[in-house]
Amino acid sequence: MTQPETITMRFAKGSGRTGLGEGLGKRARSRQGWLVPVLIAGMLGSVVAGLMVGAVKISFTSVWGILAGEVGIPTEWSFTEREAVILLHLRMPRVLAGLFTGAALALGGVLMQALFRNPLADPGLIGVSSGAAMAAAVFMVLGGALPWLGVLPTLWALPAVAFGGAVAMTVVVIRIAGRMGETRVEHLLLAGIAMNALAGAVIGLLMVVADDAQLREVAFWSFGSLGRAGWPVTGVLAVTTLPVLVAAVFLHSWLNALLLGEREAAYLGVPVEGLKRGMLVLTCIAVGSAVSFTGLIGFVGLVVPHLVRLIAGPNHRGLVPASALLGGTLLTLADLLARTVVAPVELPIGLVTALLGAPFFLALLMRDKRGGGVE
Amino acid sequence: MKIMVWMTGWLVMTGVTYAELPRIVCLGGAVTETVWALGGADWVIGVDDSSTFPEDAGLLPRVGYYRMISAEGVLSLHPDLVLASEEAGPREALMQIERAGVRVERIRAEASVEGCLQRIHEVGVAIGRAEAAEALANEIGEAMAGLTVEEGRERRVMFVFAHGAGAMNVAGRDTAADRMIRLAGGRNAVTGYRGYRPLTSEAMVAADPEVILVTTGSLPAFGGGEAIWRVPGVQATSAYAERRVVAMDDLLLLGFGPRLPSAVMELQRLIGR
Repeated sequence: MTQPETITMRFAKGSGRTGLGEGLGKRARSRQGWLVPVLIAGMLGSVVAGLMVGAVKISFTSVWGILAGEVGIPTEWSFTEREAVILLHLRMPRVLAGLFTGAALALGGVLMQALFRNPLADPGLIGVSSGAAMAAAVFMVLGGALPWLGVLPTLWALPAVAFGGAVAMTVVVIRIAGRMGETRVEHLLLAGIAMNALAGAVIGLLMVVADDAQLREVAFWSFGSLGRAGWPVTGVLAVTTLPVLVAAVFLHSWLNALLLGEREAAYLGVPVEGLKRGMLVLTCIAVGSAVSFTGLIGFVGLVVPHLVRLIAGPNHRGLVPASALLGGTLLTLADLLARTVVAPVELPIGLVTALLGAPFFLALLMRDKRGGGVE
Repeated sequence: MKIMVWMTGWLVMTGVTYAELPRIVCLGGAVTETVWALGGADWVIGVDDSSTFPEDAGLLPRVGYYRMISAEGVLSLHPDLVLASEEAGPREALMQIERAGVRVERIRAEASVEGCLQRIHEVGVAIGRAEAAEALANEIGEAMAGLTVEEGRERRVMFVFAHGAGAMNVAGRDTAADRMIRLAGGRNAVTGYRGYRPLTSEAMVAADPEVILVTTGSLPAFGGGEAIWRVPGVQATSAYAERRVVAMDDLLLLGFGPRLPSAVMELQRLIGR
């Protein structure tokens, strides 16, 4: 437990102890004004790029012709019916699903890093992802032997089961950690680590009894993909992600107070126990739903809040919306690569984020070692 | 629409060449082979990674592993028909392809003689070659009926599939390998479970196979044909005493495609005596 403590200390020290956010890095604060507009522009750019580029070549003018036609403006630009279907029913829901998924993962990262007061915390720490992965593996390997799953519409069965697993695992972790009366983050961390190990073991066990096809299915799922995203999936992701974003924005000053330490936050009038529970629930909803539809996508939740803190400092007032925007943008761009680099084949998006995210994260850590500081 | 017009034309006047050929994407090795056997080779414009036979098929654009295809990737080849094995997916991607106005036909995937004949029939109907399909199915049915299993003791055969060094699975009951072994007049040495499982060295010794069957595709994962003798337990089997390891092409052995009769004969020859 000493390791997280020392990081916590450094993290809190860097953030300054002068007040509820107003003093969190004067240098950084001046950048917050333009950061969000710039990120919004970036996000719109990534959406446009995502719509323009794909395995099927659709010309620039066709794309605008289709979009304009869809909102009722007739244009000269011609396009085929198939191009319209590809743009409106394949690419568009997928690009938006990428935005929501990236935002959800980044929000989960922000909340968990605030909860653990540790910039190395990841939403997976409390068992959300491993719970979903375990349930998904159970479904994929043993699903055929569980006839009662037949009541679910087939396309929704896997995400529903995975989300159930995510919620169940998080509840178990919180319950274990909460046995002492109050939810202590050290217990939460340990319970999370133990349950993650258990989930890993169950998945391993399932892989032993799985046949070749199931094995590949489990493996592909664990690399993540937005390939299943259609409008209904995108709708669900919007409904789960946006309220979490709004809630986190409202909670920003409490999150800042929590950075100072739980006792300090309590002195400042923050209902610490309720806040922590709320943060866990929000993370579980956002990350759980994202993971259930897309599989495991690593590094977004960890790296994105880091990046934002690097630019704008640790004040949650800017950190929360900026992380959501940047997470969505980066995941949309990563999916763009996943869809096009080896087209007509598709790369798992989790591989793309890990391949790009891991070296980047290492570079950040080394910079930190040289004395630059995480902020 | 194009293909409907084309098919009507074909049925009316066989043998006429058309300027515009149908464009087919095949998902599943056995499906591809069947299209080839029915004379549809020129129409296929893309295949999945498991379509390795005939060689020409392997040269076509690949759309990836057939259980994990990308809807837009397949659509980028501009097909008008996608022949997808039942095992192809994800289902969402196939639905999206259909939604874009491309005909998607699901083809039965069962690994059995019955499944093979059914597959030929379904592919034949889908590509407008029902008569050729019927002829081919009859031919294969007769060839299978004509196969005589040599008199004598059944040999115990163990099918081992390697994913990588140290990760080996052995075929139990209800597997494509099990059916092939029995069709070829052998006996699966492992019948204690269904599907593929990793087998312990002791179970390997207890099963005591007389022949070890592998696929040529998984040989590199073993480290070559000879390396299989270094797998723990193998040296205590009868197969080792006679150094009997036989390798067959993955798709030929397990695909249950139109080459089924020759595959069974080949396996018979390899494990016999």
